[in-house]
Amino acid sequence: MIVTRDLTKRYGRTTAVREVGLAVREGDRYGLLGPNGSGKTTLIRLLLGLVFATGGDIEVLGLPVPRRVRDVLPSVGALVEGPGMYPHLPGRTNLELFDAAGPGGGRRDRRRRIGEALERVGLAGIDRRPVRAYSLGMRQRLGLAAALLRRPRLLILDEPTNGLDPRGIREIRDLLTELHGEGTTVLLSSHLLTEIEAFCDRVGVMDGGRLVLQDDLATLRAPTGRVVLRTPDADRALALLDGRVEGRDGDRLTVRHRAPDDLNAELVTAGVRVRELAAERRSLEQVVLDATTTTSADRADRAGGDPA
Amino acid sequence: MIRVELAKLFRRPRTYVIAGLLCALPFIVAVFLATTRIPPPPGQGGAFLSAVLSNGALYPAAALALVLPVLLPVSVAVLAGDAVAGEAAAGTLRYLLIRPVGRTRLLVAKLVSLIAFVLFAIVTVLVTSYLTGTALFGAQATDAGVTLPADVTSLSGVTITPAGLAWRLLATVGYLTISMLGVAAIALFLSTVTDSALGAAMGALAVLVVSQVLVTLDAAAAVRPYLPTRYWLAWIDFFREPVLWRDIERGAALQVVYLVVLLGAAWANFTTRDVTT
Repeated sequence: MIVTRDLTKRYGRTTAVREVGLAVREGDRYGLLGPNGSGKTTLIRLLLGLVFATGGDIEVLGLPVPRRVRDVLPSVGALVEGPGMYPHLPGRTNLELFDAAGPGGGRRDRRRRIGEALERVGLAGIDRRPVRAYSLGMRQRLGLAAALLRRPRLLILDEPTNGLDPRGIREIRDLLTELHGEGTTVLLSSHLLTEIEAFCDRVGVMDGGRLVLQDDLATLRAPTGRVVLRTPDADRALALLDGRVEGRDGDRLTVRHRAPDDLNAELVTAGVRVRELAAERRSLEQVVLDATTTTSADRADRAGGDPA
Repeated sequence: MIRVELAKLFRRPRTYVIAGLLCALPFIVAVFLATTRIPPPPGQGGAFLSAVLSNGALYPAAALALVLPVLLPVSVAVLAGDAVAGEAAAGTLRYLLIRPVGRTRLLVAKLVSLIAFVLFAIVTVLVTSYLTGTALFGAQATDAGVTLPADVTSLSGVTITPAGLAWRLLATVGYLTISMLGVAAIALFLSTVTDSALGAAMGALAVLVVSQVLVTLDAAAAVRPYLPTRYWLAWIDFFREPVLWRDIERGAALQVVYLVVLLGAAWANFTTRDVTT
């Protein structure tokens, strides 16, 4: 669906995106993670032909961008850095204007498509109030509705849950899951790990303009070969598993062991009571922290200071 | 896209506010003239103003002379400066471009909507000022035609038919539209350069003010024929008998050159620019 090779974008002296090789496959739920300022938004703008690359090439839906961007974009729905609407017009009118502005939106079924899109994002009951009067969450939903108007094959969403409350975030996630089930490929960018972890099955991590990691979530979170054990009989467990225990923190032991089920049987047979026992997996947070080295981009440390 | 731009123009309250302001100025002047009946001394004050006292049918021409120097170019500069930069600031530009609307097409649509605005503004001024003029000053001799005022023709007593007056007004509308498009082109170009609508409008107005100052400066006589505002008042020549075409032709040609160069620059800049807002 999306392939970039050595994609680089420089603004003057700063390099916003550096030799990125993004690969989003058909049917992916791709999560683009990275701290603020790591180049996520610039990368998305490059994919949509809003910003022109300094080097490298981009292919979206099998066509080169920006050369064939006109043939690509009708099948793409996108939300880039928050929704953009005409504040003095009602939500419906905004959608009508945007739909009428470009190709691929028939006039005859426009009302129906707008109605459906509004229904999907939970705005079926909006009135004639201008967008100016909408809450941040409502605008976000309206932007999402605009992206869905023509049933795109590919959704590119930059921070889609900005300004939504927890319930709203959950609704949007359910909506995206539904759309994905209907065959839409989704590229989601966020700086929120939980959001990516809850929805995506493939993750790319950006840091300082580079794509430092790109893999299936299942692979990244594969068991580490250790088991985490909680037991009230920690001392006895320690004696029993002598040499295999890698760490102890109160009643919590980290044991080097491939099979949690066998370990459990061994412990119980020996009369060690087990409160909790599970194969250790790296959290996505750990994966990201290991992959990224720079400090948070919105920090402003004193020059010469040691960025911890 | 052109239809969308026109819908945006005419669904926006500010379009009517600006048109209302443009109509208000001639109306206020007419009220003062009608109540005091003191004509401006010959050679001073707006063109046609002393003539309308005896014939209200000429008031549309006087109204155009009133709004042309400042109010009309300011409103055109404000709208044209907002055209691209305003979309960028509102965050709608990126959504138009990924809709997708081609960048060239977007610029063309913006230009068409500006032309529509200029025509709309001028026509509303003409209609309201005609009504004001005939109501306050009365129309004279509709059958025999209207007498062109002495301070314009320098030949008193030349009479033109109502049909003659109509085509002269139409030609004036056309000439003013071209002149205002020159202003629009400056502001539109600046609008593709900056993301600040205010900055673009200010820039265009600065160009106009400098041009107006230099037009009156004898020391700048060498550049005078190339200044964008040099021939703005040439439309008055439509009301001479016979029509004096020389300045009108030069003015129109000059505006076309400005239009081509600036729109070309706007196009070249906009189609290759990174949209980061």
